[in-house]
Amino acid sequence: MMTTEQTLGILFQIYQSLLVVLLAPLLTGWVNQCRAWLQNRSGPGVMQPYRTLRKLFHKDAVMAYNASLLFRITPYILFGCMWLAAAIIPIIAVDLPFSPAADVIALVGVFALARVFISLAAMDIGTAFGTLGARREMLVSFLAEPALLMVFFTASLISHSTQLPRIVDALAHHQFVLYPSLAFAGLAFVIVLLAENARIPVDNPSTHLELTMIHEAMILEYSARHLALVEWASSLKLFAYISIGIALFVPYGIAEVGAMVGNWGSALPLAIIALLVKLILAGAALALLEALLAKMRIFRAPEFLGTAFLLAVLGLLIHFLLGA
Amino acid sequence: MPISYSIQIINLLASMLLLIAFAMLSQRRILSLINLFAWQGLVLSLSTFVVAYSTDQHHLYYSAGLTLLLKVMVLPWLLHRLIRKLNVKWDVETLINIPTTMLVGIGLVIFAFNLAAPISQLSESITRGLIGIALASVLLSLLMMLTRRKAVPQVVGFLAMENGLFFAATSATHGMPLVVELGIALDVLVATFIFGIFFFQIRETFDSLDITNMEKLKDD
Repeated sequence: MMTTEQTLGILFQIYQSLLVVLLAPLLTGWVNQCRAWLQNRSGPGVMQPYRTLRKLFHKDAVMAYNASLLFRITPYILFGCMWLAAAIIPIIAVDLPFSPAADVIALVGVFALARVFISLAAMDIGTAFGTLGARREMLVSFLAEPALLMVFFTASLISHSTQLPRIVDALAHHQFVLYPSLAFAGLAFVIVLLAENARIPVDNPSTHLELTMIHEAMILEYSARHLALVEWASSLKLFAYISIGIALFVPYGIAEVGAMVGNWGSALPLAIIALLVKLILAGAALALLEALLAKMRIFRAPEFLGTAFLLAVLGLLIHFLLGA
Repeated sequence: MPISYSIQIINLLASMLLLIAFAMLSQRRILSLINLFAWQGLVLSLSTFVVAYSTDQHHLYYSAGLTLLLKVMVLPWLLHRLIRKLNVKWDVETLINIPTTMLVGIGLVIFAFNLAAPISQLSESITRGLIGIALASVLLSLLMMLTRRKAVPQVVGFLAMENGLFFAATSATHGMPLVVELGIALDVLVATFIFGIFFFQIRETFDSLDITNMEKLKDD
């Protein structure tokens, strides 16, 4: 027989997972809309990603005749990985039953798994663009991954745990302290977020110019439902990254399952409103950042990501020196 | 607890000082280098002000004001005027490439933190953890002087080194007597003037500010 807390936890887990999957395209749409406004265009509206997804699901899939099984299953693996990542991150509540399944290091591993599959699938067809995109993706991500791990380690050192719920708990519910190390980690995280989600200084999400694209080059051969899943997974990835950022750096307002047994009716709407406000602000900030920065040459990307690693290491060192 | 909040703010400002030192190390343009130097002066002035407020030492207020006046306004203005007259705005040439310099910089920070750990054990003041950061920014500025080939970035490196020393003085010992600080401020100002004259002399003689040319001057 399950206790009320466990039932509530499972319900919340299901609720969060569904919410994330349904909200992720909306976030992408919001970022695109903000970007259009900043560029003085009227923009397609925030619902555009849903319309794109519906259109793609109704089309017939076209496959290259030499595509292997790997190419076929990659969109599903990609979508699954991103959904799993979003289920692990405490987005509306901490202490969800799923979150002890993986700590932050495993989370980085989940992202890496998705990356390996999409790169292999891009090379599977054997076109020049796919291979080029896969290689560039690997160049960017092998530099972004250590920086991301360092960011997580800084947060883990402060909260003495690599479990995301414990980190969020330690940062959200204790007395407010200014952490210089976390400020450095935050800067590094923003750079990693831009690089990993194919955002502007590293990659342009709306380009199809062969010399500049990275992510688009890899998914060039996908069509219909496969492309829809890949696009949806990209939205989920952006959502997951922004949620990690919120969880690590501005966790205030998140709900706790244990404390909600009696009064979940009041705590849950509050958590969702806090989440929505934070997402709207983060999306607008991301669009602003993209409007201000210019796309850099691919060979400058290592220096850019090197800066992220440097900032994260500095944060770690400052934590050791100042203890804060 | 107001004292703990002031420590937190000073820690944050110290981290920003270190970050600006790194930003200067990675900078490719002289103009942005001078702007960064002005920002570093502002951070320094703010941290001095917070130390003054939290320890209630009045002479540190003067010190903060002096820093603001000299390092945020006068010196950057002088340097801006200098590079306008010399017509060098872009060319920062480095001896080793910038990513390598940054890696060496991280090594220096670790070295400085280790070196400062036993010293800060002796200190009783509220901000003893900061000696390591001050030492690190001094060493980073020294690294910048070593890796730059042109004269202007080297002088900015020298001035940034003085910033680091000043930060160590205020954070570890709550500031030197006002007479000493006035003396140092005057020294830095005069040094900048003299450097300015030197720049013109170097350019007159070699037609460039590349100091490797100066090796030709020695006797064999």
